[in-house]
Amino acid sequence: MAATVNPRPAVAEDAAVSTKAVRAEQPLYVNRIKVYPKAVSGTFRRAKWAVLAVCLALYYVVPWLRWDRGPDAPGQAVLVDMPGRRLYFFWIEIWPQEVYFLTGLLILGAIGLFLVTSLFGRVWCGYACPQTVWTDLFMWVERLIEGDRNARMKLDQQPWSARKLGLKVAKHAAWLAIAAATGGAWVMYFNDAPTLLRELATFSASFTTVAFLGLFTGTTYVLAGWAREQVCTYMCPWPRFQAAMLDEQSIIVTYEAWRGEPRGKHKAGDPWDGRGDCVACNQCVAVCPTGIDIRDGQQLECIGCGLCVDACNSVMAKVGRPANLIAFDTLANQKSAAAGGPRSFTLIRPRTMIYAAVLAVVSLVMLAAFLMRATIEVTVLRDRAPLFVSLSDGGVRNNYTLKILNKTRETPRYVLSVEGIGDLRATAEGAEDLVLATRPDGVATYRVHLTAPRMRLGAESTDVTFVLRDPATGATLRHRSVFFGPRPQPGERR
Amino acid sequence: MPTKIEKDEITGTETTGHEWDGIKELNTPLPKWWVYIFYATIAWSLVYFVLYPAIPSLSGHTNGTLGYWSRGEMNASLEEGRAQRAPFVNRIRAASLEDIRRTPELLNFAIAGGRVAFAENCAPCHQAGGAGTRGYPSLADDVWLWGGTIADIHQSIAYGVRNANERSRTSQMPRFGADGMLDAAQIQDVAEFVLSLTNRSTDAARVARGATVFAENCVSCHGDRGEGNVEFGAPALNGQVWLYGGDRATIVESITNSRSGNMPAWSERLDDATVKMLAVYVHALGGGR
Repeated sequence: MAATVNPRPAVAEDAAVSTKAVRAEQPLYVNRIKVYPKAVSGTFRRAKWAVLAVCLALYYVVPWLRWDRGPDAPGQAVLVDMPGRRLYFFWIEIWPQEVYFLTGLLILGAIGLFLVTSLFGRVWCGYACPQTVWTDLFMWVERLIEGDRNARMKLDQQPWSARKLGLKVAKHAAWLAIAAATGGAWVMYFNDAPTLLRELATFSASFTTVAFLGLFTGTTYVLAGWAREQVCTYMCPWPRFQAAMLDEQSIIVTYEAWRGEPRGKHKAGDPWDGRGDCVACNQCVAVCPTGIDIRDGQQLECIGCGLCVDACNSVMAKVGRPANLIAFDTLANQKSAAAGGPRSFTLIRPRTMIYAAVLAVVSLVMLAAFLMRATIEVTVLRDRAPLFVSLSDGGVRNNYTLKILNKTRETPRYVLSVEGIGDLRATAEGAEDLVLATRPDGVATYRVHLTAPRMRLGAESTDVTFVLRDPATGATLRHRSVFFGPRPQPGERR
Repeated sequence: MPTKIEKDEITGTETTGHEWDGIKELNTPLPKWWVYIFYATIAWSLVYFVLYPAIPSLSGHTNGTLGYWSRGEMNASLEEGRAQRAPFVNRIRAASLEDIRRTPELLNFAIAGGRVAFAENCAPCHQAGGAGTRGYPSLADDVWLWGGTIADIHQSIAYGVRNANERSRTSQMPRFGADGMLDAAQIQDVAEFVLSLTNRSTDAARVARGATVFAENCVSCHGDRGEGNVEFGAPALNGQVWLYGGDRATIVESITNSRSGNMPAWSERLDDATVKMLAVYVHALGGGR
């Protein structure tokens, strides 16, 4: 990763500079400057470790949680059962046609992200995003094996030696092991975890499983080990439009330029008059996981993790100046403080209220939809070929396919009747006396024939309603359909 | 014209030594990764020649060491499908028709399998869903030439109608007019009588004459009141359903020249389980008794 070109070239101010020179200065492609983030300790670093531990623990542990659903259903608490076409989440069981619940969750996630971003800036990016979590984990491993920032930079500049090779091999082996565990945990969400682990251990897992395991191992290794901040800067769309959620009142990582500048080196005992608090130690840059200088102001690359705050505060403590030269603060407060005014935090603003209101509405709609979700549904499909059948006595018959979707594990029985036409006669294949049995956690299918006397049909198409009644509970299910007959002839007696 | 290779001062890139009208070509080689992938594809093509069918010859082609054959792959997946269905198909084969109808899972499997077999083999004549058309009876209504119980339907499908199979259903209506058994007036009379069975006659005297002709020539198969007889595949003449048409002209034509439809014996073409599934499917179209 040779780094010779400044990725953020100064705009040519001299009008006399030729176009040719500017072109040479601003190539379309810039090599990555490798970032060597330095270890740091402090409040936000501890918070980041805590979030990382919780996220990773959840990710690796959840597939192993058990949930008893009876003998005929998977005993895994969270499971996406692709062959069985079911999604299990503890007590919830989602069928494929209810995938809109998943869509609803994604919408909730998006709006929630908007709200959190308008309040606290990019805390998602800095703390909870999988890219951040795994990159942080990989950096921690890297630091354990190769040492901190300076040691790593030195190692990379050294010619190849047995020691360098050993360290690099150890690092990549550790990364690959973590990546494999990540991919291994991912496939557990789609298979029974203990069974799958046994299959993986005996090399008898299916090709699909191994392919996805490999895919997630590869992406984890490449994205967290090699690509890192480039994912955030170049691949992820979120930083590109998250600025639309921020305003002057959003709490973001800020640098108190009014207090820090003019910056300069400071020796113990030198006076602080006539200069800023920033001692130009560059620690804020050294710890930054995306390799930027927060003192330049808000930038696309800043993921809002606050590690520079920790770094600067430890330096400020050493030189005996007030903390929070770099701090989580609002732009409005910085402006006010620069003018000697007070600080205030306004969490309730039109922007946050709108996001909160939309979030509440969508949540309520989702909750209502979930609570009112039918556990047993009936659908009726009319045969279209033939459209209707004329009988020897002049009657008309229509045929239907009736399906009872039973999302429960009980087996209620229903008595079928059809309303809408007088003297309508219904028969069902395989169900004497029109008693329809249901299948537990499945679909029961019946062919139903309706026969009507021609004189009872007023038009080509007549509305009919299929009514299924459970004699045990009195519960009824209804489904509307139509009954077709021949076009009434002019003057025909009805 | 080749010229000397020099360094272009604007880009700092060497030229190729090619120049046309003072325009020189810069030497910007393909990226290494691209070139190596290109070489790799060439190497792979050689491997492919060995592994897969590749080189055509006058009498065929090389087979490749893997023995791969796309037709064989399709056969394997067909075989896989058959193996998946086998447990059900075997149960269908072993079960009686009534047992199939009483077992919900077998009934649904037979209806699904029967639908596919029907679409492939029966729909060209009997139409989708057994709707039927002129000369090809509807299988969804309540009229059956040869009987509408599931056993009757199974026999009709398995051995067919008026074909060379020794268990085929067979009967032949005389050609009353063409063979001179009835004269034109008698045919008109009996046609009038047939119309009267569905209250459509307009000439009582003719009906009376026709009744005599009918009693002498037709009742043995079509019954006293034209109710038909499934023993002989003789259609009922007293209902609203007409295979060839129920207007006067068509009835006269049927009496004059007779009618006789044919159907193949499907047991000669399809396996037992498929014939059974077809019987269950046809029975479930709505008209089964």
